[in-house]
Amino acid sequence: MALLEVKDLEIAVAAGGALLPVVRGVSFSVDENETLGIVGESGCGKSLTSLAIMGLLEGSQLRLTGGSISFDGRELNSLSPNERRAIMGDQMAMIFQEPMTSLNPVYRIGDQIVETIRQHRDMSKRQASDRAVELLDLVRIPEPARRIDSFPHQMSGGQRQRVMIAMALACDPKLLIADEPTTALDVTVQKEVLDLMADLQTRMGTAIVLISHDLGVIAETCDKVAVMYRGKIVEAASAAALFANISHPYTRGLLNSIPVVDHDVEWLEAIPGRVPTIDETLPGCAFHPRCSMAEIRCSAEDPAPHDVATGHTVRCHFAGKGTV
Amino acid sequence: MLLYTIKRLLALIPTLLAASVLVFLFIHLIPGDPAAILLGDTATPEDVAALTREMGLDEPIWKQYALWLGNVLQGDLGTSVFFREPVLSVIGDGAETSILLATMTMFWIVLFGIPIGILSATKHGTWVDQMTSGGAMLFASVPTFWLGLYLILIFSVGLGWFPSSGFPSISDDGGLTNLRYLILPSLTLAAPNAALIIRLVRASMLDVSREDHVRTARAKGLHPAKVAIKHVFRNALIAVAAAFGFTFAALVSEAVVTETVFSLPGIGRLVVQSILRRDYPVIQGVILVIVVLYMIINLLVDLAYARLDPRVSLK
Repeated sequence: MALLEVKDLEIAVAAGGALLPVVRGVSFSVDENETLGIVGESGCGKSLTSLAIMGLLEGSQLRLTGGSISFDGRELNSLSPNERRAIMGDQMAMIFQEPMTSLNPVYRIGDQIVETIRQHRDMSKRQASDRAVELLDLVRIPEPARRIDSFPHQMSGGQRQRVMIAMALACDPKLLIADEPTTALDVTVQKEVLDLMADLQTRMGTAIVLISHDLGVIAETCDKVAVMYRGKIVEAASAAALFANISHPYTRGLLNSIPVVDHDVEWLEAIPGRVPTIDETLPGCAFHPRCSMAEIRCSAEDPAPHDVATGHTVRCHFAGKGTV
Repeated sequence: MLLYTIKRLLALIPTLLAASVLVFLFIHLIPGDPAAILLGDTATPEDVAALTREMGLDEPIWKQYALWLGNVLQGDLGTSVFFREPVLSVIGDGAETSILLATMTMFWIVLFGIPIGILSATKHGTWVDQMTSGGAMLFASVPTFWLGLYLILIFSVGLGWFPSSGFPSISDDGGLTNLRYLILPSLTLAAPNAALIIRLVRASMLDVSREDHVRTARAKGLHPAKVAIKHVFRNALIAVAAAFGFTFAALVSEAVVTETVFSLPGIGRLVVQSILRRDYPVIQGVILVIVVLYMIINLLVDLAYARLDPRVSLK
């Protein structure tokens, strides 16, 4: 049984008394020591999916309207808030997109790591503080024993993201959710952070859900990939199978919009149009207004998931019928 | 920090000088001859002229100022025209009442303002929030004198729980129980300011709760109450601390009204009465003391600010 199993997840946003669906029937699973990449443009529902798994939708306009999330054999939606919090930060941890603002500005970083440890482990302040130094060393912060006394504003973005990673790893989580962990960082720092996560995974066997809008990052780091568009997974496969045989026009579009450095290109390819807003109702395939292959059928009928190969599922009427 | 404090204290000097010039000029612009007012309707012009000379009021204004300033620098704020006593001891007499009143008022402001503000923010959007926000709005808009009169009507005249006016010193018979004389006045004075703090705590907590680091705190699995106090409120406190400086300024002016309503022998009432009596030395002295206090309070607020927010560096 997989460590994390998400089935038919439905999330809606409460707007003026109505519930507008934003994530529709998303299913995937992640095993120990495995990295799943979820990719898509802004607004496709990938971050909401990760917040739902983590249990951070509460107190917002967002509602979990259906589906199940099972983690380590327990159905998370049936747990009490207390039981849920016992898992958060302990067996399941999260890294966020904004390293500059994700740490509390008024506390020393050491204290913020210690807080996580002492929330879940029965340790003295001294022990927890030693553990914090270890963790900072693990994420390659130089002079960790001195740096635990730094405030977040005294560190760079890359360093802060390392601190976030250290904090997430504080209790040796089984699952690490990383929501665009490198988007706000310089390219060189991006690479370091991704390498660090991969390295930690091989050492600790952590399962990772990596959310990104960057197919390049996903290709480099993930075992499995799920491509999301407008709240649905439109293509899912192992990374090798997906990149060998891209079968959804949207995935193709995302890949084409990555500039190739060693080619002299005048035009950067882009997917025309925009992601429809959540209050637009769109019959048929949600991607059809932007799709170069769209036919009349696409605007009338929503394609069902179709297996183009074992473990490679595509939501497109043209799936398996020639190249996209 | 120490160097900064010393610098700020030195900066008090030019500000005080400027303030003293303004105060000196302002009260001399008020119509009315102090000698004539002191001697009353029956005084002859000769008596008035003699007293004017005695008080030094016939000298040119710059000379009066220079003389006064020279004395102030030696710690002598002059002699009250009305009480015929040194200004310092006149102020000293009112100080006990005013200091106790201010302390009790601040106590109420913190006691009511902060917990109710936190409650209002954490119950955001519920009936609890609507009740507290509505109540805060009401108390923020009620005039001090009106509230004071109603409290007297209900708790002194109606229920007879607290005395309605005056304040015997706590060194007199009754000792600390004499503080009951200050309960209604301090509540009156605290109400609009506590209401302000409630609204401010609520607003800044709601602001902070939308910040990314609060999401991080929740992702750690912390209890919502811990997130609210340790993470949200602690950051909101930075804005609230800044407001306490303004609150003090508001207290000074509201104390004038409150002390009058409750006939308290404090500095606020002293100012009003001294203005009516044209008792220049007392007015100048009191205002000087208030300016110094105001600047010291604001220095303390800035120091607190730096303690609360590690991103602020004092230079």
